[in-house]
Order: sequence, then structure tokens, then C-alpha cells
Amino acid sequence: MTTDKPKKSVSWLKSIEGRRAIGIIITFALLVPLGVAFVLPFIVMVSTALKPLKQVFAFPPTLIPETVQWQNFPDGWYGYGYVDFTTCTWNSLKITINNIIGNLVSCTLAAYAFARLKARGKNFFFAIVLATMLLPNEALVVPQYVLFSRFGWLDTHLPLMVPPWFGWPFFIFLLRQFFLTIPEELIDAAKIDGAGHARILLQIFIPLSKPALATLAIFAFIGNWNNFFGPLLYLRTPNVQTLPVCLVQYQGAYGNTEWHLMMAVATITVIPVLLIFIFGQRYFVEGIATSGVKG
Amino acid sequence: MFRRIMRPISPSARREERIFYLFILPWLIGLILFNAGPVFGMLGLSFTDWRISLDDLQFIGLDNYSKLFADPIFWTSVGNTLYIVVGRVVFGVSFALLLAILLNQKVPGIAFFRAVYYLPTVTAGVAVALVWIWIFNPRLGILNHTLKQIGITGPPWIHSSTWVKPSLILMSMFSVGPIMIILLAGLQGVPKELYESAEIDGAGNWAKFRNVTLPMLSPVLFFVIIISVVSSFQNFTEIRVMTEGGPGESSNVMIWYLWKHAFIFLNLGVAAAVAWIMFVILMALTGLQFRLGRRWVYYEGEAR
Repeated sequence: MTTDKPKKSVSWLKSIEGRRAIGIIITFALLVPLGVAFVLPFIVMVSTALKPLKQVFAFPPTLIPETVQWQNFPDGWYGYGYVDFTTCTWNSLKITINNIIGNLVSCTLAAYAFARLKARGKNFFFAIVLATMLLPNEALVVPQYVLFSRFGWLDTHLPLMVPPWFGWPFFIFLLRQFFLTIPEELIDAAKIDGAGHARILLQIFIPLSKPALATLAIFAFIGNWNNFFGPLLYLRTPNVQTLPVCLVQYQGAYGNTEWHLMMAVATITVIPVLLIFIFGQRYFVEGIATSGVKG
Repeated sequence: MFRRIMRPISPSARREERIFYLFILPWLIGLILFNAGPVFGMLGLSFTDWRISLDDLQFIGLDNYSKLFADPIFWTSVGNTLYIVVGRVVFGVSFALLLAILLNQKVPGIAFFRAVYYLPTVTAGVAVALVWIWIFNPRLGILNHTLKQIGITGPPWIHSSTWVKPSLILMSMFSVGPIMIILLAGLQGVPKELYESAEIDGAGNWAKFRNVTLPMLSPVLFFVIIISVVSSFQNFTEIRVMTEGGPGESSNVMIWYLWKHAFIFLNLGVAAAVAWIMFVILMALTGLQFRLGRRWVYYEGEAR
């Protein structure tokens, strides 16, 4: 908003308050339709999940189902013989929880070292963390596949569950940024009391870093829950699959996709992510902001 | 530098150093085992006729690379990747900037909108890609239906070789969440005094945006552009779920080309060559971020 000094003669619209009011109206005129656009895919998903198949293919398309068919949810879940969503859900949950814990442990250790310990070679290794931070796993997938097949890990959850225990550059970086903000005096005081680094980390850093650790856990949850590339690559047998792969089999298995059932299952798979996001939203946003501005 | 390394250090400093290496050990092992090792292994394998077994490898020099460069489909996939990269940088980043500017306004309910705008990013995955197939349906999709209401006959979207890439770019604009938040944090970091002094100089909104916001935001913008380029190389899920590289080869991007050669054609030597090229491009981009990022862009004295 510009702040031309309002003259007594000009109308209210040109006054500071008037301009501010216009600004707010324009802002909302953009904010609201964009917001609607952003939730539209979900509305389509849920409304399709509630329709009978005939209505899904009805023309013209509608957003609100004429008759609500809740039966789609159990039908979709148990609908196809060899796609066992219950097993897939347990697999996804197991892998996701393991990976969150693995990431938290390994990244906390490395982040503490990079933030608080002095050592020769530290800058060199930190430069590697930064250099590999943006590197997507997709670029390394061919040789990793060979490595894991040599280990005999194909068709097991190990290729997905072991690497998280060995750190993740982006998380190490995020946590290090947070650890740097913890006051030096606290550490000095603990050292005078004879505390070693393990105790300082456990009794001072971890309790003070709950928001940062929560951020990391949320990122890890969403990333692993949605992970499609890894499971598709390493898993073959239906009973070791994760949810995203199960969901795709729905589409592939039958020429004539039963959209209403597929969307019902899709809705169920998205719910955990939505809940985590709604409750952890604040941490999430702060964590991402840190990565950009202080990077 | 050398002298500093050679300088003897005290026992307590030595102990601290040992703890340092102990703490970074898991990461370091992972780096060597899951990243560095595979990268160099991949380079080596890209010079072999490797198909399925590693046992009878023949060294074939640069054959995989020359085969690759002679394959018109490879160049199509490079072109498609470039198309999507440019589209996502131009449209995605400017859209994210628009959203960030909106979210930076002082109006009630802004936290709610921020959450809503971020939502599609967290749910991006197979489920949402499936929904988008339906949204893009030329006849029954909500998109063309809406366009029809305002008198536009919508294109066939992902079912047409000219529209499939714009469709994927459009869809990616719904998951600009992280970029938007980073830009928003950048906007909030611009010192108020700069706007105040610009106002004293009589600058209007556009002049303030052009001469204060953009230069101050340049490091963040640069970072965000790099992120969106890198993530454009990762669009495997959409391609696998929605188009499988088609129609024809019109959405065959590098990651899909790699996937097909590695795990469908079982031409792993060629796939390793593609992977190596992708790796070099991505590392060069990261390098660019660190080199040019510092020089090009304006940093305020204590911006960090």
C-alpha cells in the first residue's frame, strides 16, 4: 500500500484506511479462489469415493454425489483378491516408524557433532553434507539396486529400512541449524558439572530441541508414507508391498478401473498424512523456512 | 593450512575429535556405502555391457554412451525434461512467489490459507496422481467441465502429446508448498526500513517490488530455482502413474528413460550411463547454487 498523505478533500477511498480496505479486498479476492483450487483435488477424490460407479461416469460431472455410497470404503479395501490393503498398511506403518526413529537417532548424533564439536576435517565433511543435501535418491538408484541385490535384500524391507539409520543430509542440516541456537553457557555449565557429550546431548539438547525433532519426524513420516519409487523397485511379492504400490495395482490390474473403489482407498491412505499435517503444521512450516533462509 | 593440521593438539581436544568422528560415523558409513560407493560403481559399470549378471562383464569403453547419444528417444527424454524444468521454474516459481506475497499480507485468517496452500504438497503421491488422471479426463474431468462453463473447450490434457507436458507442469504448481514457504520467510526477512525509505523517495508498489523486494529476495529466489530444477528430475510418480511416458514418447523424461532401460529392458549398462549423466547434472546444479549463489545475489551484511 502506498502512503500518499491523504488530503482533506479526497474521498475515503483514497485515504489510508480506504486504500487498506481495498488492499484487503483484493487480497481476499485472490486468496479465496486459490484456496478453493487447492482443495479441489481432495473434493474430487472424496466425492468420487462416495459415488456409485454409474454416477462417476455420468455426464455432466458433479462434485456432490446424488446418493452417498459408504459401502465403497469396505468394498475397495477388501475388494480385490490379491491386493491386501491391511497387510500393505502394516508394512507401510512398520517401515515408516522404523525410518523415523532411524533418522532421528543418526541425524541427531551427526547434527550435534557438526554444531558443537571441534575437530580437524569438520568443515570438509560439512561441505559434503551440504553438497549431497539436494541430491535426489533417484540419481543413485541403479547402483543401489545392484548393491542391495548383492546383499540379497531384494524383496525384503531392508533396502528401505536400513539406510535411514545412516543419516539424511537435509535432516542433519536442519537439526544442526537448530542446535547452533542453543546457548553456549548451558553447555559450559554442564561441562563444569562433569557431563560428557553424550549426557549433554541427551539431557540438554534433545529436551530443548523438541520442536526441531518434531519437524524432522513429520518430514520423515510424510516422505516415507508417500514413498513410491523405493518399494516399487525393491519389492515384488504382494505381501511385502506398501500402500502406494498396492494402490497402483488397483489401476493396473483391471482394464476398466473401478474409480469409485480406487478413490475410496486413496482417501483412506491420505488420511494419516492429513492428520499429521494438520496437527504438526506449525513445526512443518518453521522447518522449511529454516532450510531456505539460513541456508 | 598444512601447518594448522600438523600443529599438535591437546589431549582434551583430541578426545573431542574422537567423539566428533564417532558421532558422524553412521552418516559417514552411509555416505560411503550408499552414496559414494554406488556413484563410482555406476561410473565403472557404465563402461560395461552389463545386462543382468555382474559375473561376465565385458569392458566396452564408451559404447553405452555412444549408443545413448545415437538414440533419438534419449534426446526426446532430455528435451522433455528440459521442457518441464523450464515450465516449473517459470510458472512454478512465479506462482509460488505470488502465493508468498499474498500470504505476507496482514489480513485475518492467513495461517489457515497457508495450511490450505500447503496441503497438496504433503499429500502428493500415488493417491493424488490418480485423482489428477480423473481431473484431466477430457470429457468427465472437473477441469474441462469448469472451462466449458466459461465457454472454453478444454484440451485433451494428458491424452495429447502437445498437452501432456503443460498438464504435468500445471499439476506440479499445486505442490509448490516448500518453495512458497521459503519465499515467504524470505519476504518476511526484508528489513522494513528499506520499504520506508523507498516510500520517502516516492516509490509506488511496483517500484518497491522491483527495487527492494526482488533484490533482497534474490538469494532465496536463486535457492528456490535450484530446488525446483532438482525436483523436476524426480517426477517419477506422476509419470509412472499417469502417463507411462506417453502418449508416444511425449512425456518420456530422463528418470523414466532410466527406469525403462534399467528395469524393463534390463539394459543396466545404458541405465548406468543415464544415471551418471543425471548425477553430473544434479551435482553441477548444486555446485552452481554454492558458487553463483554467493556472488550473483545480494546479501545483506548479517542476512543469516
